[in-house]
Amino acid sequence: MRELRAGYGHTRVLHGIDFAMEPGSITTLLGANGAGKTTTLRALCGMVSTEGEVRFSGESIVRRRTEDIARLGIAHVPDGRGTFLNLTTEENLRLGAYVRRDRRNVEPDLERVYGYFPRLRERRRQQAGTLSGGEQQMLAVSRALMLAPKLMLLDEPSFGLAPLIVRELFNILRRINQAEGVSMLLVEQNAAMALELADHAYLIETGRMVLAGSAAALKQDDAVRKSYLGY
Amino acid sequence: MDALLFQVLAGLATGGIYASLALALVMIYQATHLVNFAQGEMAMFTTYLAWSLISAGMPYWAAFFITIALGFALGALIERIVIRPVENAPVLAVVVVFIALLVILNSIAGWIYTYTIKAFPSPFPKEPLFGIRYMSAHELGAIGITLVVLATLYLFFRYTPLGLAMRAVAQNPQSSRLVGIRVGWMLALGWGLAAAVGAVAGMMVAPIVYLDPNMMGGILLYAFAAALLGGIDSPMGAVIGGFTVGVLENLLGAFVIGNELKLTVALVLIVGVLLVRPSGFFGSVHVSRV
Amino acid sequence: MSRTNVILLAVLLTAACALPFIVSNYRTFQFTLVLVYAIALLGLNILTGYNGQISLGHGAFYALGAYCAAILMDKMGAPYWVTIPAAGAVCLVAGFLFGLPALRLEGLYLALATFALGVATPQLLKYHHLEKWTGGVQGIVIAKPEAPFGLPINADQWLYFFTLAVTLGMFLLAWNLLRGRIGRALMAIRDHHLAAESMGVHNALYKSLAFGVSALYTGVAGALGAIAVQFVAPDSFNIFLSIMLLVGIVVGGLASISGALYGALFIQFVPNIADEISKAAPWAIFGIFMIGFVYLMPTGVAGAVRLLLARRRSHEI
Repeated sequence: MRELRAGYGHTRVLHGIDFAMEPGSITTLLGANGAGKTTTLRALCGMVSTEGEVRFSGESIVRRRTEDIARLGIAHVPDGRGTFLNLTTEENLRLGAYVRRDRRNVEPDLERVYGYFPRLRERRRQQAGTLSGGEQQMLAVSRALMLAPKLMLLDEPSFGLAPLIVRELFNILRRINQAEGVSMLLVEQNAAMALELADHAYLIETGRMVLAGSAAALKQDDAVRKSYLGY
Repeated sequence: MDALLFQVLAGLATGGIYASLALALVMIYQATHLVNFAQGEMAMFTTYLAWSLISAGMPYWAAFFITIALGFALGALIERIVIRPVENAPVLAVVVVFIALLVILNSIAGWIYTYTIKAFPSPFPKEPLFGIRYMSAHELGAIGITLVVLATLYLFFRYTPLGLAMRAVAQNPQSSRLVGIRVGWMLALGWGLAAAVGAVAGMMVAPIVYLDPNMMGGILLYAFAAALLGGIDSPMGAVIGGFTVGVLENLLGAFVIGNELKLTVALVLIVGVLLVRPSGFFGSVHVSRV
Repeated sequence: MSRTNVILLAVLLTAACALPFIVSNYRTFQFTLVLVYAIALLGLNILTGYNGQISLGHGAFYALGAYCAAILMDKMGAPYWVTIPAAGAVCLVAGFLFGLPALRLEGLYLALATFALGVATPQLLKYHHLEKWTGGVQGIVIAKPEAPFGLPINADQWLYFFTLAVTLGMFLLAWNLLRGRIGRALMAIRDHHLAAESMGVHNALYKSLAFGVSALYTGVAGALGAIAVQFVAPDSFNIFLSIMLLVGIVVGGLASISGALYGALFIQFVPNIADEISKAAPWAIFGIFMIGFVYLMPTGVAGAVRLLLARRRSHEI
């Protein structure tokens, strides 16, 4: 059984965040711009200086390097997607599987990923920089999937995408979560859609956790409704 | 007409050496955005190592490949030990470290091997190959070896997972970390490969210019010119630039300005390219956001 | 300037004046060269230390000044003291002209371009079409100036005092320039060139002028050096001269006037001592010290001295 617990204080942005994740669940971190959501994800990946404790699968990962954390099975889809623009779509995907030891599962996984995102198969030999925003987001998620991760971190996947595409993407995320049991931590400004997708939710304001609970509960919460759901 | 052909072919031979060294420079620039001022001295030093092996009785080709391996190791070590601490330091600090490297390698070579000029053997026969009158066998062989090296590198980067990972690191180190690539080791690998390529260039040029601690100075300058001409971040540009500069050097030297001002030509080329078209012919244009 | 500093300077000056009468002629000659290098290093520091423009080719300006002096004295019979302002003027113009295209080259690329200049210089000096003036590979021999007005000192001592006077003048000039608005503008350009421009500092003008003034200083040093050594030849002005100047400012201390003196002492005397070990040793030492200072003492000797003095002062309080 895996449990992710993060409790830390980050002097500049995060002032003591505590939360835990159930394995196989989808959790979302909500909050306005600058609240510290992206920083939380970056802290989990060792991309910013962090104090406190972060445990994954019973191990502490708090002062490890980003690449070592990835090798533990945490796949981070960064904001801005982090696509390798000058490489082809397929090269991007293969890079996702670069550290995997189970070499013979890579090809079937590639097929499965193309199954989730058929448009990527059409564009497999195209330069990734020529893909549309939505396609690049799909590519980013797929690259993360190719890692065969236990946990996926997604930073604002809906950013800059049309609502229809976001819905399509989130549906696929739910399929992936249910079919493969990948835990997901979703950072989102688009609270409505995130709360539809997630099981659990946390609300961050100016570096502090202010609300926690099941997604359903937060959807009903008055404060959340007024500030983040607009009604 | 005869003379022209002769100069062009000789230019291609030296051009191959410039192309190799320029490629080494571009490989390091692509990965780190740094100009390796010590590339020439690294090549010179590894060539001296080859000389030691051959003088000790080792057959040429054995020494050749062992030197390539040694060059690789030297490059990787230098990256890990000397360059890593200053990777993110201000420009002046980085330049000083590179120059220091240049100077240290030069003086170690001078200390161990003295400053007397030595002959370096060529693996190719003295008589021209295939009866070609315009080029010595060595010049032809040098072009051949250069092309083999370039082809090998191309295949490596294009078709192997490691090559893919190195390309990824050169483009986007942060994303590379996110997929678990150990960026530090990739940089060391890149330096190792660049040093290995430089070693080949050194061994190809030494029979022509004779082995001497200061032999690479002018050649390095031409390699810089070639790399800039082709585009400092374009490997293909470096290769094309190298051959172009080689031929240009010979043509200008034979027919226009004589052989005395070759380095000034390189200087003018370098300054000219930097002022007129800094991204070279095949490089990517950089837009800095204010 | 604080009282302690004034006293220290007075002591230094007295010692400097007494020097030629205490030590041998050869040592006096060596200290003359220290002064020469100090001026050159001050020049390079103005450009690289204070203004952030990296030059790996300052040996070219040193050579230009040296050859100016040699040609004026040997081919035109000019008196030695005329060559100093002449070399300065020529190098000011040359530096400024080089500074104009340099405006478009940043950091690493400027280093590359000046590196090419430094490597190409000896070949340029050997160019046979210029041989009539430059003396080609053989170079030019210069006569040593005698003490004027029949003063009771020998030629070496006179040359030392002459150089000392020029050095003092140049240092005073630099000190005045750099501690005021001009110095601050130069450093602002070095540290935040966009901010500097938007605050009204005319970047292009200052940067080109910095190049010109820097070349002026190094050219004057070259002229003095040529007169001291009595000889100019192309191969003494190779890339290693430019690198040696770089070593000098890194070890002495960037953006520091006193650093020029520390650096000059270093580059003059280290080869003398290290030569005993082996011909290659001086450069190995230069290289190791360069890297060492970059890692461990980036503010150079001058910075270390400043720190020590500051610590002593705070203890006294």
